[in-house]
Amino acid sequence: MSFLPQIAFLVILGVAGFILAKRIKFLKRNILLGKAETRNDQTDTRWKTMLLVAFGQQKMFKRLIPAFLHLLIYVGFIVINLEVLEFVLDGILGTHRLFAPALGSVYTVAMNIFEFLAVAVLISCVAFLWRRNVSKVPRFSKPEMKGWPSLDANLILVIEIVLMCAILTMNATDQILANRGDEHYTILGTLFFSSLIQPIFEGMSTGSLVVIERFAWWFHIAGILAFAIYVTYSKHLHIFLAFPNTWYSNLKPKGEMPNMPEVTNEVNMMLGIPSETPADPPAEIGRFGAKDVNDLTWVNVLNAYSCTECGRCTAECPANLTGKKLSPRKIMMDVRDRAEEVGKSIDAGGPGLEDGKSLLGDYITKEELNACTSCNACVEACPVNIDPLSIILQMRRYVAMEESGTPAQWNAMFQNMETSFSPWKFSPQDRFNWADSVKEEQVK
Amino acid sequence: MSTYQVPTMAEMVGKGESPEILFWVGCAGSFDDRYKAVTQAFVKILNKVGVSFAVLGPEEACTGDPARRAGNEFLFQMQAVANIQVMNGYEVKKVVTACPHCFNTIKNEYPALGGNYEVIHHSQFLQQLINEGKVVLQGGGEFKGKKITFHDSCYLGRANNVYEAPREVIKALDVELVEMKRCRTKGLCCGAGGAQMFKEPEPGKKDINIERTEEALATGANAIAVGCPFCLTMMTDGVKNKEKENEVKVYDLAEMIAKDMGI
Repeated sequence: MSFLPQIAFLVILGVAGFILAKRIKFLKRNILLGKAETRNDQTDTRWKTMLLVAFGQQKMFKRLIPAFLHLLIYVGFIVINLEVLEFVLDGILGTHRLFAPALGSVYTVAMNIFEFLAVAVLISCVAFLWRRNVSKVPRFSKPEMKGWPSLDANLILVIEIVLMCAILTMNATDQILANRGDEHYTILGTLFFSSLIQPIFEGMSTGSLVVIERFAWWFHIAGILAFAIYVTYSKHLHIFLAFPNTWYSNLKPKGEMPNMPEVTNEVNMMLGIPSETPADPPAEIGRFGAKDVNDLTWVNVLNAYSCTECGRCTAECPANLTGKKLSPRKIMMDVRDRAEEVGKSIDAGGPGLEDGKSLLGDYITKEELNACTSCNACVEACPVNIDPLSIILQMRRYVAMEESGTPAQWNAMFQNMETSFSPWKFSPQDRFNWADSVKEEQVK
Repeated sequence: MSTYQVPTMAEMVGKGESPEILFWVGCAGSFDDRYKAVTQAFVKILNKVGVSFAVLGPEEACTGDPARRAGNEFLFQMQAVANIQVMNGYEVKKVVTACPHCFNTIKNEYPALGGNYEVIHHSQFLQQLINEGKVVLQGGGEFKGKKITFHDSCYLGRANNVYEAPREVIKALDVELVEMKRCRTKGLCCGAGGAQMFKEPEPGKKDINIERTEEALATGANAIAVGCPFCLTMMTDGVKNKEKENEVKVYDLAEMIAKDMGI
């Protein structure tokens, strides 16, 4: 009896845990590059939103086919991960199928459910690969998806398929070995799905089967740990961040733009109105609007890390639909990429935010910002309540107020509003002229 | 026979009266030749029904919506604070407007600057009048049995979740309401929101209003109903571009109701 496998297991678990902890710290710091914002009001509504939108996937069901396939993967992910608990305990204690004796036939039923879900996940992942690479659903092949984003998406699906194959292989060989009377293995009731692939392995020697079974076991558990680390580098982070992201949803009417109190103080001074909080001026007025990630709020950056690049926002965006450069998904990807760049630079002792680059210009162009109609289609479309519009509008504020870089026609509109209180060049004296003819008309 | 009355807040207060509602006309409603007809139609309905109302007249200024969406927060707040001073000075309680942009701004954004009012869109107000039996429709006229499609404006629909009121108003006209493929939460923008009304679109393959007009025409509707001055302009331009202006008209809800009432 060797303790070597247990030691190896603990080492793998420890290393994975260490890397994960470091990655989580990195992500948290990057998200907190954003400015403070308090969103702890209406906690009942927040929990309800999280339950419906993230846990219940409410908004996914606007598109039925992907919603159904995604639901299978989601349920599979949650349920199959229950088995990981047994894996971990088996690994540490050097046992095999620790829960089987105590649970008896219930264990067999549970294993059959896991196998059913493994097959469902497998089929769904194949269908998703098909949608991305063969039937080429348009939203998956927009320009921002070139390179890593597409590879990332395909890798996730392939990894999930391989992990599911490992479970089925493990169960199939495990039961052949048990039936051959190997004392290490426990005979369970029929495992329907893995029994279907048993003919592949039945001709093999017991020695080979043990190797395959052990390999599948180690591959599956190490694979899950490696995948957990991979997820922190990937768009797949939504599996965790969808929950906080929906909890911190914007609960106000979508049409409302947040007020800028620092501007109100100045406006009140200009109009000679006593300010409500004269004794409490803001400690430090930063920039107006957003030029870089640190000008956005941490919720905006959390949004960016929660984005799984499904492109429902871009598919609904009127600007994108009509060939403009703007893609709300790209806005989210840019914010994340910039936060990652700044984070890595800080960790490497580099200049961080002061690297001469910024979100505006190096990632997002004015042409993209100027194409937005603020119609909220992207916000409505997002299955996890991401708000790309909030970022676009904050960046427009920077362009207008810090750079005076708005398009000439907007500058003309500003001027009209300043001089004649209307976006069009009409005399304010004529504002009420529309009533002249009505006032002469007889009531019918 | 008397003529239609359009009292201003200044006149009303001068007489020691305070109207039940302030009708916020908006810049398009005041200056845009096409939308002035909507303002006039709505005022006639208010007269007919006997609603106690007033307008600000020359004291009204742009809510600041396009300036804010274009990024110019200073200009927005200058407009907003001045408007709020005027409205608070008249102790305005309830505001009705035919412009979803004004509606959104006064309802959602003025409270942070000290302007707290009950704000409703004219589609909601018309629905209330119909439900209360104050507006009695003939159920005939030029719209009877016609196919009408409703174009959701973003600032009424997604921005403020008002989807049913305009549809209820249209249905009250005894017409066949046909929906576009993208409607309600999925409604496609006309292309004018977010201050796009005031500049040329960015380079692209197509103008957004053309995309939307094609969708509206595909329903086979005889008329396109809207509840927003910008949508009215964009859809009217789109129909002209498709050379369908003789067959398919674009109307605001208030115009349709006024026509049915014969005023």
